[in-house]
Amino acid sequence: MLKLLRFMKQYKKECIFAPFFKLLEATFELLVPLIVASIVDVGIKTGDKGYIVKMCLLLVAFGAIGLISTLLAQFYAAKAAVGFSCKVRRGLFAHIQSLSYTEIDALGTSSLITRMTSDLNQVQQGVNLTLRLFMRSPFIVFGAMIMAFTVDPNSAMIFVVTIPVLSVIVFGIMLICIPIYKRVQSRLDNVLSKTRSNLTGARVIRAFCKEESEKADFFARNNELTSVQKFVGKISALMNPLTYVVINLAVIFLVWRGAMRVDTGVITQGAVIALYNYMSQILIELIKLANLIINITKSVACANRIQSVFEIENSVKSANTALSPDNANTVEFKGVSLCYKNAAENSVENISFTASAGDTIGIIGGTGSGKTSIINLIPRFYDATDGIVAVGGKDVKEWNTEALREKIGVVPQKAVLFKGTVRENMRWGKNDATDAEIYAALEIAQAKDFIDAKEGGLDYVIEQGGRNLSGGQKQRLTIARALVKRPDILILDDSASALDFATDAALRKAIKEMSGNTIVFIVSQRASSVLHADKIIVLDDGVAVGIGTHDDLIENCEVYKEIYYSQFERKGEKS
Amino acid sequence: MKKIKNGTIKKALKFIGKYKYLLFLAVLFAAVSASLMLYVPILVGSAIDFIVAKDNVDFESIFAILLKVGVIVGSAALLQWLMNTVNNRITYHVVRDIRNEAFKKIEKLPLKYIDSHSYGDIVSRVIADVDTFADGLLMGFTNLFTGVVTILGTLVFMLTIDVKITLVVVLLTPVSMLVAKFITSRTYSMFTKQSETRGEQTAFIDEMIGNQKVVSAFAHEDENLEKFDDINNRLEKYSLKATFYSSLTNPGTRFVNGLVYAGVALTGAFSAIGAAPAITVGGLVSFLSYANQYAKPFNEISGIITELNNALACADRVFELIEQTPEIPDTENAAVLKDVKGDITLKEVKFSYSPDQRLIENLNLNAKSGMRVAIVGPTGCGKTTLINLLMRFYDVTGGSVSVDENDIRNVTRKSLRKNFGMVLQETWLDEGTVRDNIAFGNPDATLDEVVAAAKAAHAHSFIKRLPNGYDTVIGEDGGNLSQGQKQLLCIARVMLCLPPMLILDEATSSIDTRTEQRIQKAFAKMMNGRTSFIVAHRLSTIRETDVILVMKNGNIIEQGNHDELLKNGGFYAELYNSQFAV
Repeated sequence: MLKLLRFMKQYKKECIFAPFFKLLEATFELLVPLIVASIVDVGIKTGDKGYIVKMCLLLVAFGAIGLISTLLAQFYAAKAAVGFSCKVRRGLFAHIQSLSYTEIDALGTSSLITRMTSDLNQVQQGVNLTLRLFMRSPFIVFGAMIMAFTVDPNSAMIFVVTIPVLSVIVFGIMLICIPIYKRVQSRLDNVLSKTRSNLTGARVIRAFCKEESEKADFFARNNELTSVQKFVGKISALMNPLTYVVINLAVIFLVWRGAMRVDTGVITQGAVIALYNYMSQILIELIKLANLIINITKSVACANRIQSVFEIENSVKSANTALSPDNANTVEFKGVSLCYKNAAENSVENISFTASAGDTIGIIGGTGSGKTSIINLIPRFYDATDGIVAVGGKDVKEWNTEALREKIGVVPQKAVLFKGTVRENMRWGKNDATDAEIYAALEIAQAKDFIDAKEGGLDYVIEQGGRNLSGGQKQRLTIARALVKRPDILILDDSASALDFATDAALRKAIKEMSGNTIVFIVSQRASSVLHADKIIVLDDGVAVGIGTHDDLIENCEVYKEIYYSQFERKGEKS
Repeated sequence: MKKIKNGTIKKALKFIGKYKYLLFLAVLFAAVSASLMLYVPILVGSAIDFIVAKDNVDFESIFAILLKVGVIVGSAALLQWLMNTVNNRITYHVVRDIRNEAFKKIEKLPLKYIDSHSYGDIVSRVIADVDTFADGLLMGFTNLFTGVVTILGTLVFMLTIDVKITLVVVLLTPVSMLVAKFITSRTYSMFTKQSETRGEQTAFIDEMIGNQKVVSAFAHEDENLEKFDDINNRLEKYSLKATFYSSLTNPGTRFVNGLVYAGVALTGAFSAIGAAPAITVGGLVSFLSYANQYAKPFNEISGIITELNNALACADRVFELIEQTPEIPDTENAAVLKDVKGDITLKEVKFSYSPDQRLIENLNLNAKSGMRVAIVGPTGCGKTTLINLLMRFYDVTGGSVSVDENDIRNVTRKSLRKNFGMVLQETWLDEGTVRDNIAFGNPDATLDEVVAAAKAAHAHSFIKRLPNGYDTVIGEDGGNLSQGQKQLLCIARVMLCLPPMLILDEATSSIDTRTEQRIQKAFAKMMNGRTSFIVAHRLSTIRETDVILVMKNGNIIEQGNHDELLKNGGFYAELYNSQFAV
């Protein structure tokens, strides 16, 4: 957590002023019982009305000064907390963007989003409260005790006993409850997951007529939740009554002791009143402090989670001196293996092949055979654990990563588009692409017709996640986006799965015509998609069991034969 | 602030009404304990009155009073604890009842509702909204009663001590509420702006971090950071204002309370002067402590009312779910389908998801017992809809669907669905072990039967390799199984039940073609003598079926077996041949 403090540097001044003004206010608050005591002892006893008025005006003046100090304190605290959290958020966003696929896989995007939103908001609140209250509450508690000593050291001993007893009760109950609250949370999660799964699995549950047993299960989980909630409720319900009893016992002792002290003439009646007032101030502040500590504990946990994201380093780094490639017209794999972090086995093993300008390379294989792993190595989304991946004649690790990726157009499996117009989305490929360039790309991707049919054409606004487009339309747009770049290497990772065979064929034809010097990688489960590639790599469990043209493979590669004939009739009719 | 419909309160009261005796106890405890607590300052004040000066202290009376204080404090504390416990009990039970009610409704909701609402929204109604409601309820119970009792009690006690000073308190207190109100209304617009901007930022983060891989593939990081900064700076501005303004309420009201305090001290001290004072010093002390706590419940109550409003708004969302019209229940004399042969007839079926969009019009189909029917066609042609109708997840809007000449609307849903085995493209698995999942439709199955089903589905070999084999627990959403493995388990699940009719909706879409071929053989065996419906986009998987229905825009445009359709040279032939084109 401490490392996050570097984002606070800019707010040093605020961090000092906020608690300072808060303490100023508290000081005035602590003086109030003394004034009341002197009103009783001097004003009332002597009947001096002028004195009473003066003292009451003093009370109002203290109140006003207190108000101004608090306002200043709140302002500085808010400024530091908000500014700090915005700086952290920006730093976090920039940091996450710099991470490679390996780190993103490990973290999971949803947890990253939580870090940036709810965790950070909690931290902001924690900082704000800490600046405002962390000094104030102990100050009032101990201040009240010290003031009591100035009034009458003997009676003040009651404070010395009461404060620890109250602290034990308040913090003890909190400490007992915190772990139980965690249990409440985990049981609530159980209830939540049952609800969720009954929505996502509504069809299956009904098809198997499991409604009744699902209900019984839910009721049981719900009851478990309720019983822990009641249990923790009973314990935390003790806090108020117990502290109330303790504080009033202290008051009883105080009055009794005070009575004796007044009787022997050591202190006055006003002093007893002042002591009584100080006692009442303690309780409120202790409870505030307890809540504050819960809040701070939460914030520290959140801050640590955020910190842990900052501590993750990008494993794919290009040297500062790295050159940018002029072109990426060759791809060569030399004995390449890739083992994902924390995986037991290599996902691809000892792959070697070359591709030269204008080649089309097909990659085919079953689910989980390592097709995507291979193509992810080309733009250096991951680093090979063994062997060398060379693009444009040089190991990809020697190029500047960003410049390398500029030369490569990737169409990922999942068709992702961003909120914004079609034009904006297309310009992800090339910042200054003209409409003509965009249209050319759309045409190749078989997307021009439906874009023309949309209201506004290139200005048609795509909703978040591309909700207002069909799966096939999204796929075609992601292909077009990669084409706008005019990349030297085009990678299609099962990018036509949502297209029907006719559109798929037209797309492949258009790409073939356009490609010129571009190396095209086509990853697919469909034999028809890779059939006409210059080179087909057949993968089985991460191993290249065959590399060659269709005609070679159909003769020599068992796996390819099996895949092919599972999709085509034996005769292997071709048009 | 959102206006709350009267009805919501009534509905909430219906749930609470079940605990009316407890509620009565809670109110009683609250009233008594609050009054007792209010009595304490008076007693302390009168004790102080006996401490006048040196050699002028009445120890006997003080002792009697302090003893009384001890007893009262003890009973007040006990009652307060009882009240808290009772409140907890009411709240958590009400919440449990509401959740149970909501879940019961979920099990009975028409699929139409589930399909057209986001899961996240429904889940948040059942979880987060109910929680907010609980918080509001608990806070309302605990603080509202005591708050009201405290205000009334304080007024009464103050009046008994001194009318004039009471007037000072009563007149000054509303000022603090005005201040609070003034600040809150100013803050509100800042908060709206803050949460709007925050929402915008979350959406942006969600989009960009969620798709980080695409962002880095296109090296778009700098452009994103620029956009992010723009939103972030706006957020900083609004947040600062919202945070600052909202933190003014407390100091503001505290200042006003300070004024009240000073006012009481002034008028009180004046009255206490003289030979025959209107108020004693002890009385003044009691007063000062009242003045301090009198204003507190007012501020609290305004907080509680906001909270309650919020709670009711949330309750409204839950009740809306609970009150959804359930599926049309089975008719009273609905028959139970028995010994099903599997003759399925669709007659002049009409259906659409929304009235303004036509989908299926006049669909006729007759599948004889044991027939294998394949359905193909472009996306959105109505393939999945047909299955929704067969399983009666949706009811036809015209015409009829019948099984063995029984209109399916006249048989119990349970018996209809029991007779269908279904494997869908979306692979849903329950939380639980692999074994539980395979035995989902038949919980009494022996382990041998489960293993046999798994072997038939070609799932045995990967299950064996899982850490605990068949006892491996699968987490939410299938945990770390691959899509293909999940699909194999779904197939095994049906293999174990073997009902007379089968539906396979893209059942093998995530499985590679080699494994698929092997499963096809198992399917072929399974489908033997069973009426089956197969939806697939891989045409290789449906070549062997008895009849292929080619659907387009909700209608069957071609019908026949593979060879016939190829010969016809229609849409099917075009579709089939296109997979061999360059």
